[in-house]
Amino acid sequence: MATLAQVEFNASPLIEAEALKPVIAVEDVHKYYDLGETKVHALRGVDLKIASGEFVAIMGSSGSGKSTFMNMLGCLDKPTSGRYFLEGTDVSQLDKKALAAIRNKKLGFVFQGFNLLSRTTALENVELPTLYAKLDKEARLDRAKEMLKLVGLGERLDHFPSQLSGGQQQRVAIARALANRPSILLADEPTGNLDSRTSVEIMQIFQALNDQGLTIVLVTHEPDIAQFAKRIVVFRDGKIRHDNLVQQRPRAADVLKTLPAIDED
Amino acid sequence: MDLLAILRIAIRALTRNKMRSLLTMLGIIIGVGAVIATVGLGQGAQQQVQNQIASMGTNLLYISSGSVNKGGIRLGGGATKTLVNDDMKAIEQEVPTIAEAAPGAGTSAQVVSDNQNWYTRVTGTEPQYFDIRNWTFDRGGNFTADDVQRATNVVVLGATVQQNLFGNTDSIGQTVRIGTLPFQVVGVLTAKGQSGLGQDQDDGVYVPITTLQKKITGQDWLQYIMASAVSQPASYAAQGQITALLRDRHRIRPGQDDDFTVRNLADVAQLADESSKVMTMLLASIAGVSLIVGGIGIMNIMLVSVTERTREIGIRIAIGATEGDVLRQFLSESVVLSLAGGIMGILFGVASSIAITKLLGWNILVSPAAMGAAVVFSMAVGIFFGFYPARKAAMLDPIEALRFE
Repeated sequence: MATLAQVEFNASPLIEAEALKPVIAVEDVHKYYDLGETKVHALRGVDLKIASGEFVAIMGSSGSGKSTFMNMLGCLDKPTSGRYFLEGTDVSQLDKKALAAIRNKKLGFVFQGFNLLSRTTALENVELPTLYAKLDKEARLDRAKEMLKLVGLGERLDHFPSQLSGGQQQRVAIARALANRPSILLADEPTGNLDSRTSVEIMQIFQALNDQGLTIVLVTHEPDIAQFAKRIVVFRDGKIRHDNLVQQRPRAADVLKTLPAIDED
Repeated sequence: MDLLAILRIAIRALTRNKMRSLLTMLGIIIGVGAVIATVGLGQGAQQQVQNQIASMGTNLLYISSGSVNKGGIRLGGGATKTLVNDDMKAIEQEVPTIAEAAPGAGTSAQVVSDNQNWYTRVTGTEPQYFDIRNWTFDRGGNFTADDVQRATNVVVLGATVQQNLFGNTDSIGQTVRIGTLPFQVVGVLTAKGQSGLGQDQDDGVYVPITTLQKKITGQDWLQYIMASAVSQPASYAAQGQITALLRDRHRIRPGQDDDFTVRNLADVAQLADESSKVMTMLLASIAGVSLIVGGIGIMNIMLVSVTERTREIGIRIAIGATEGDVLRQFLSESVVLSLAGGIMGILFGVASSIAITKLLGWNILVSPAAMGAAVVFSMAVGIFFGFYPARKAAMLDPIEALRFE
């Protein structure tokens, strides 16, 4: 991953003063799901601040509320009560159209199942967010190529997802998440479907992006993956139980050297 | 997203399932094709009727002797003897909206040439008759007013009679016998073919009215008067004026029935026109039903497509597509489907029109207006039937959609 080029993100560089200003501020957020007879209380008062340039891993068993929390951070869901500030804007008050614009421009999503459009080339998949951002055709192409290069797939532009390995598909997904130069990257179990070496490779990309100032929030239930983040937040029963900085964070690039090489294709 | 990008995505999505898209379009193709062909058929028929009416003569009024009530027994049309030559003269001179008028009386007789004979209709009239009816001469010419004055034995042959008596040889100047009397042939009419009712319009001979009345039938009344109005609008006024004039001349008291009938061929033309229009509308609306069925087919497939692509919709929403973006995407797919179907339907309709014309000899007029309407209508079908599935897609919950397997 030495090919990672320097890219400017909307996020400000990790300067001491700036770092204190939260990109994400969640205040006493509750979420109920009304399932007819039973009410599910998925989030029971969550407070969390994430500063610009942070790399947070969210952990927790299933049912802990971490997915609900992630959907809320991603503006795909609204809290039942409480407030969510994204770069100072109270997003819990915004309408659907404004939320779509935020998802499009400020947030980048990476999913466990890659979620690429099938029968659509890598390039076109990466181009997709810029299409909704109404960039013109040339700018779209340039941006998509640039992002694919950034994740090390500069020469597989015309491949369909079915022609790519899992790791490569996830890189395309990361490139797509970065296409509109978001300030936050949200990754929901991005390594869940990948073998351990490929998982570390993905974490290497994340670390490199984070080094350049991109704020990353990562959901995972693998402790060794969470170790690559700077901070680990543990959810249980809809509440935050632990919130610790990672001591002696391993560099993914170093870990890779210790792993046996496998053929990707 | 710009329109071009939306269209490109729509076309790509549709070409992924070529067979399915084609089958879905088939409903629209058949619907539009059927509309084009039936409207063309109707308009062709309409034009044919109009041509026939034009060949009957322009602004034509037909005054026939009417029925008469004899002690409660009403005799049929043509039973009266009250319509006479002077009525014709009076109409011509006293009705300002009438350009010309000609008398008509007839009988049927055996017409004999040297070695052939033919039973046909003998009509007595005056020279202007041919002008009023828009009939032209193939050979020779008309008899004259002088012939009428002196009741000379001259005859104009219809094309069928010419064919049967003389074949292709020249008959001008030859003598034929009508009954026992010798007549000199002065002209042969141009063939006009069958009338709208299948009557041979060329089967007849024409002699001066005086000759017919004095030498053949011995009757001095007329069966009908043909008159032409100065213009088509004037023909309606002329109808009333002739009625008033004839009632006066025939001394019919108010409240009594006319002993004649005035028919305006513009009315007949309009009636025929109306009926073929109604027929066209009927056919087109039956064909239109298949368009709606085609539209339902589109809706069905779009619903299937939305379900299949739930995950894709979820992804699109997650990366920033608005409800409007998703709505437009699916709507454009259904419109592309229906529009492509519409265009293919036009080709299909035109091709089948040509085939029908060639095979059955029917007159089909394919109008650009019908094509335009078909395109617009098929687009409307696409929007109408595509809206519900598109809305369903746009309203999807992205979290649910992303979880969809």
